[in-house]
Amino acid sequence: MNQASTSPRGIQAIAPERRLGGSMHTALVRRRKAAERRFRAYGAGALILSLGFLVLLFTNIIGTGASAFRQAYVRLDVDFAAAELSPDGRRDPETLAAANYPGLVKAAVRAMFPEVTSRGEQRDLQELVSSGAAFQLRDQVLADPSVIGTRASVWVPASALLDGLLKGSYDRSAPEAERRINDRQIAWADRLAADHRLELRFNRILFTNGDSREPEQAGILGAVMGSLFTMLVTLALSFPIGVAAAIYLEEFAPRNRWTDLIEVNINNLAAVPSIVYGLLGLAVFINFLGLPRSAPLVGGLVLTLMTLPVIIIASRAALTSVPPSIREAALGMGASRMQTVLHHVLPLALPGMLTGAIIGMARALGETAPLLMIGMVAFIVDVPGSLTAPATALPVQIYLWADSPERAFVERTSAAIIVLLAFMVLMNLLAVILRRRFERRW
Amino acid sequence: MTPSLTLALLLGLTALAYHLGRRRAFTVAGGRVNRLHSLPGYYGLHAALWCALPALALFLIWISLEGGLLTRLVIAGLPEALREQPPAQLALLLNDIRNVVAGSVEPAAARPEVAAAAARYLDLRAGAGYGLAVLVTLLGLAGLHHAWRRVTPGFRARNHVEQAGMWFLIACASVAILTTVGIVLSVLFESLLFFRKVPVTDFLFGLDWSPQTAMRADQAGASGSFGMVPLFTGTLLISAIALLVAVPLGLMSALYLSEYAPPRVRTWGKPLLEVLAGIPTVVYGFFAALTVAPFIRELGTAIGLEVASESALAAGLVMGIMIIPFVSSLSDDVINAVPQAMRDGSYALGATRSETIRQVVLPAALPGIVGSVLLAASRAIGETMIVVMAAGLSANLTANPLDSVTTVTVQIVTLLVGDQEFDSPKTLASFALGLVLFVVTLLLNIVALHVVRKYREQYE
Repeated sequence: MNQASTSPRGIQAIAPERRLGGSMHTALVRRRKAAERRFRAYGAGALILSLGFLVLLFTNIIGTGASAFRQAYVRLDVDFAAAELSPDGRRDPETLAAANYPGLVKAAVRAMFPEVTSRGEQRDLQELVSSGAAFQLRDQVLADPSVIGTRASVWVPASALLDGLLKGSYDRSAPEAERRINDRQIAWADRLAADHRLELRFNRILFTNGDSREPEQAGILGAVMGSLFTMLVTLALSFPIGVAAAIYLEEFAPRNRWTDLIEVNINNLAAVPSIVYGLLGLAVFINFLGLPRSAPLVGGLVLTLMTLPVIIIASRAALTSVPPSIREAALGMGASRMQTVLHHVLPLALPGMLTGAIIGMARALGETAPLLMIGMVAFIVDVPGSLTAPATALPVQIYLWADSPERAFVERTSAAIIVLLAFMVLMNLLAVILRRRFERRW
Repeated sequence: MTPSLTLALLLGLTALAYHLGRRRAFTVAGGRVNRLHSLPGYYGLHAALWCALPALALFLIWISLEGGLLTRLVIAGLPEALREQPPAQLALLLNDIRNVVAGSVEPAAARPEVAAAAARYLDLRAGAGYGLAVLVTLLGLAGLHHAWRRVTPGFRARNHVEQAGMWFLIACASVAILTTVGIVLSVLFESLLFFRKVPVTDFLFGLDWSPQTAMRADQAGASGSFGMVPLFTGTLLISAIALLVAVPLGLMSALYLSEYAPPRVRTWGKPLLEVLAGIPTVVYGFFAALTVAPFIRELGTAIGLEVASESALAAGLVMGIMIIPFVSSLSDDVINAVPQAMRDGSYALGATRSETIRQVVLPAALPGIVGSVLLAASRAIGETMIVVMAAGLSANLTANPLDSVTTVTVQIVTLLVGDQEFDSPKTLASFALGLVLFVVTLLLNIVALHVVRKYREQYE
């Protein structure tokens, strides 16, 4: 045996430090391992950072919004004097509704601080109680006229000023000129608190009132009802139309230019910016068809067009997941194609379709831009009662309140966001449960 | 008769038709259902369809024409002197009449001729309501009669009903086409009106955007200027910032989730990331305006930089967070579509995981990743609420992310919200902007979907 056959020239040429286990080789391995660890750390870091943003967003919103679920209330001893409320002794609702309730509130506040006499002080004092207190007394009297002529202790909402003081929005140690609440008012508030006449309670107003210019009177009921009506229209239209379109495309459509065009269209519609749908709604539904502005009906129509692609795509996926053997068995028993689909395929695909519809609805619920275009962005105090009444929606209400710099509105904006997110979480949870409960693996 | 009452009447009639058609089928079969071609229910449905559809069509046509016809009749019934006045005054008069009809003005408070016309309108409307109800009923009965006469044992009721059902399905599928046509037509039509007032070239290439038209013709800047370049650069600036945030974060997250993460992290991490895409954009806008923008401003002041309070950076940063999942979930899909054999081959040659990812997986998945980035870019360009709430209104032509810029979507919203006048260049301009937005996002989507599909075919 000669030398060349046992040891090829290549191996001879590798210097000792470059061989496996040599110093340069170990350095290279170390470098490569370090690069591997770095890359992995970048990946984990990116994921942690992204999820960190999510956590930051939620804690930020909940942190600013949680305090809005409580509101300062003041206990007043109100004298429902008959002479004030119904001077002529009549107790019909019209007379009672027209009585001077703000006067009643003012008198009750004055009675708590008899030493306050000067005009400026009086004005400061009356600033502590919300103007909504008068409405509350009116509603109380109208609901139960028997309180007339008695004295009663009533909890009424405090003003945003007092509410802010209680929640620590104002710095007590700051110079008087730099805060909105003055020293006198702080002293009165402390006395009220010491007398157990001032406390934070659950903020019912937020859930029972419509919008208002006064933060302590502003609630989300109007916006929630507007959203509800809009969603009803959207669901009633987009689910049947979307399912029908999916059935046609998946089960019946011949493969030709027309159906290809529809397919491409649906994919593109899913990615059209939502504001363009708003322009469509404005031009077609409002200007061309003459439907009323600001109505949940129009909002629902626009959101229907927006949600349709989502529902069609989800419904088609649900239909494809039904195995062909089901169809073949039905056809083999002599069922027509329509009967096969309606009696056998559709019931099996329905849970998947519902899941898709709920996710589409959750997206539509959070949509704001198209609703701005069709005028659902007005200041509306009344809670809407029909599909054509002027209304706003929950996300639009958030947008409107977010414009206001007042601290009390900032916290209410966050509270409205919490409510909106809660609705969306509920809907998505429902979708997950539906999927878990009914999904079949074939 | 109100329209809804008429509809209820028709609904009742349809139910009756179903029942009668079904009974008729039993009768002609002499009680032996197997002599019929179709199940009896199909004969009922056939009768119901014949009863409802023609009547419903009549109802819809009537409702859509009624308003215009009644208005003409009321105008024709006005005294000669009122009828002959110029159109603008006639429109005012009609408006008064409508207010009385709608009940927002008491008839007693209106002028006598207005009150009389309103009363006439109400009379006509009531008459028309009864007329419609009678006609709908008659047509429904005629349809029912027709269907009733066709019921014989050999009649293929099921085929007819299924054919009708098929047309319904086709109509529903065509809604998607109609929507696209509606978008294109409505945006295009208003844009053409706009381009009649402002030349296309001025709009596309103009460097100055100030849509505030003056009240009087002799004031400075009377015509307003509609050059969209500053808006478009603003949009691109904010979108670029967003992509700078979203692409590295989204892509690295996707790589980590699909190549490194243990199964538990993957099952939790992926849906959690997608929560970011499900949060309403108005929430992001609020977050950007209230928290991020002041933070960036303070940070800038601390290191001696001048930062606008509505800086492009704040809006872009938050928008970037929003589109992370658009990048990550599509990238995740394409990374998973890379065949395992390619990875195994690389490992067998001694490459580490990160070397495999960088030199094998990424090049193989690149077209799909590019597609996902394009989709994310189209999302960013069309995004509205974040920029409306966190970006500025002044159209600055700048590339400085610390300055305030405005975007196409912001201008659409500000031009259209509140302003009701529909033929001013100001409102029409927003439709022209909408057209540009639609075309740009459409092109991006088509290219992206094409790239992604081509890529999928490569490995399937």
